[in-house]
Amino acid sequence: MSCSTNGGCLPQGNKEIKNLKAFSTAAERFEGAHVLCPGCAHSIIVREVLNATNDNMVIGSSTGCLEVCTAIYPHTSWDSSWIHIGFENGSTAIAGAEAANKALRSKGRIDPNTPEPKFVAFGGDGSTYDIGFQWISGCFERGHNMMYVCLDNEVYANTGGQRSSSTPIGANATTSPAGSHSYGEKKHKKDMMQIMAAHGSPYVAQIAPNKWKDMVKKIQKGFAAEGPVYINAMSACTTEWKFLEHQTIEVSDLATDSLVFPLYEIIDGRELNITYRPKNIVPVRDYLGAQGRFKHLFKPENEHVITEWQKRVDKDWDYLQRREEARV
Amino acid sequence: MYKNKRTMELKKVEVWDGNLANSHALRQASVDVVAAYPITPSTGTVEGYANHHANGYVDGEFVMVESEHAAMSGCIGASAAGARAATATSSQGLALMIETLYQASGMRMPIVLCMINRALAAPLNVNGDHSDMYLANQSGWISMDACTPEESYDLVLCAFRIAEHKSVRLPVIVNQDGFLTSHKAQNVRPLSDEQAYNFVGDYQEVNSLLNFDKPVTHGVQTESDWHFEHKAKQHNAMMGSVKIIEEVFEEYAKLSGRKYNLIESYLVEDADVVLVCLGTTYQTAQMAADKLRAEGKKVGVVLPRVFRPTQLDTFAKLLKNAKAVVCMDRSAPGGQTGLIYNDVAAALFNTSARPLLSNVIYGLGGRDINIENLKGIFNHALEEVANGKLDGSIQRFVGVRGPELKYYNVEA
Repeated sequence: MSCSTNGGCLPQGNKEIKNLKAFSTAAERFEGAHVLCPGCAHSIIVREVLNATNDNMVIGSSTGCLEVCTAIYPHTSWDSSWIHIGFENGSTAIAGAEAANKALRSKGRIDPNTPEPKFVAFGGDGSTYDIGFQWISGCFERGHNMMYVCLDNEVYANTGGQRSSSTPIGANATTSPAGSHSYGEKKHKKDMMQIMAAHGSPYVAQIAPNKWKDMVKKIQKGFAAEGPVYINAMSACTTEWKFLEHQTIEVSDLATDSLVFPLYEIIDGRELNITYRPKNIVPVRDYLGAQGRFKHLFKPENEHVITEWQKRVDKDWDYLQRREEARV
Repeated sequence: MYKNKRTMELKKVEVWDGNLANSHALRQASVDVVAAYPITPSTGTVEGYANHHANGYVDGEFVMVESEHAAMSGCIGASAAGARAATATSSQGLALMIETLYQASGMRMPIVLCMINRALAAPLNVNGDHSDMYLANQSGWISMDACTPEESYDLVLCAFRIAEHKSVRLPVIVNQDGFLTSHKAQNVRPLSDEQAYNFVGDYQEVNSLLNFDKPVTHGVQTESDWHFEHKAKQHNAMMGSVKIIEEVFEEYAKLSGRKYNLIESYLVEDADVVLVCLGTTYQTAQMAADKLRAEGKKVGVVLPRVFRPTQLDTFAKLLKNAKAVVCMDRSAPGGQTGLIYNDVAAALFNTSARPLLSNVIYGLGGRDINIENLKGIFNHALEEVANGKLDGSIQRFVGVRGPELKYYNVEA
């Protein structure tokens, strides 16, 4: 990648947003008139991505919350080129558009001297970790010049809270419910960051809406990279994680400060940089305690899940730090 | 008019199999994006195109994806971005693609799909029958049928014109029989690159994702309030395509000397027995008909060149004098009569014509059907005509081992 690790190489189209106020008023291509839940982090992340560049954009969405809440005929929230095909193929829709762009430029139907647009595909964790996994892998292997953003709310939220392979251990989801004989989801969340880095992607990063400066920097680095870029965006879900709609940023803070959701990037599949180190690391139980989906874990018989989770987070953080140090 | 950067000099008569013929039609149409995945027996179309691409005869993008579902997904994305898009597939590939076929037609993407017909598993089988063509039956794609490599070449060129016509804007499938057409090298009289491209014409963009002056939203959600209107308009465009198809066939005839019709027919005017079939069987049945005509038996053959949209009125016109119509379906019927039977029955029911109407299931998984077999089927129907009634049942299986299989009994 052409970028240095400290982000010194922003492309021309990048927007400069100096403060939060500028950020909140800068959205032009994604209208507030959508029907996402109040407190949904999706719109914060989407606005951030769209705000990170002044370049033209072709945006895709897989079937999911973002798609059904922003393109209900005869309305649209998108003042930008936008396409939805299905649940699993949002990545390939954008890859097809990217290929079309190359073809039309090569044939002169689009003036090759006009600036290249950005190609961005959004998908939920269902589209990304589960049903659309193969399509994303194909796009990354082929090296399309596109950004894939996973809006990771760790559950099939659009259909009412079924587990995905991003649902973390212990979560109460409708298809992995907590009950007298179960503490809920039994499996740890799939590690998409490592998987996408292993594709040799020039840039892979994890972002969270509460750290918006970190977020914009990473998205701009992603846009500057040549090739397929993966962004895993934690998107706290007021409805399925079960917290009040004004607590989205608060819960997100707990996720990043407990290191349940560490913020880091991997460049060219190898070079790992941690981009946020909490001054005061909070216990995992504080993060879990803030959400109704983990309520049952605080029963004495389920406490062991919290203990195990804390151990795992400590181990993962240690791994990330050692990877960063090793520079390999 | 655009011109490919590299032109291929073709002989007046080339010897191409159906796959190679397809690949040349795609090359000459200067497709912008081919996103494809290989599957027997359509692999040759993709390989042929890959060779044209590797040798500089294709200026567009050739994207080898990881599945047929992704192939059509990529074509939809490319088409929405203002590109001429095409792909090829068969059988299981079509089955995997089926979700996106509905999405392509519902989103009104004029994509062309070269389909090499092959049986659907299980049991796994690579040979030709029409179960994949039938699987796409209600997908909202115009579906045309070729019997030879030349016909497939011609129809693929026509398909772009039909699909991209402003009043149609629907995707088109061009079918040909697996192996029997796709792998049998035959004479093809191609157009020159220039003639072919001038016929197809430059792609006319509609609502392109790459037109940033006019941002568009593709693939919206519609519930009970608007979904019906969208599907109704789609059907209306499909029904309206018939006129355009005829115009395109007319224009192509002037250019090539080869005239296609919505429904092709052979010796039907005075025929007592007419056999309706698809694919290469149409050719074999013509040879069988010739032999029977020499014996003084009045038989004819019909091929729905345009399989979808269904040609009820043309069927009715062609079959109005027949005393018996044998509907030949080369697809496992799955507990019903075959689609050809259903189409013909629907075409005739509201007319005064009341021929004996029977349904023959044959040739599944590439089981051979030859002139003798077809003569037998004609003769069986001629006997039914002589007896003035069907031989006990509407549907029978022909050419299968074991005891005779007959279904849907009628009063003896």
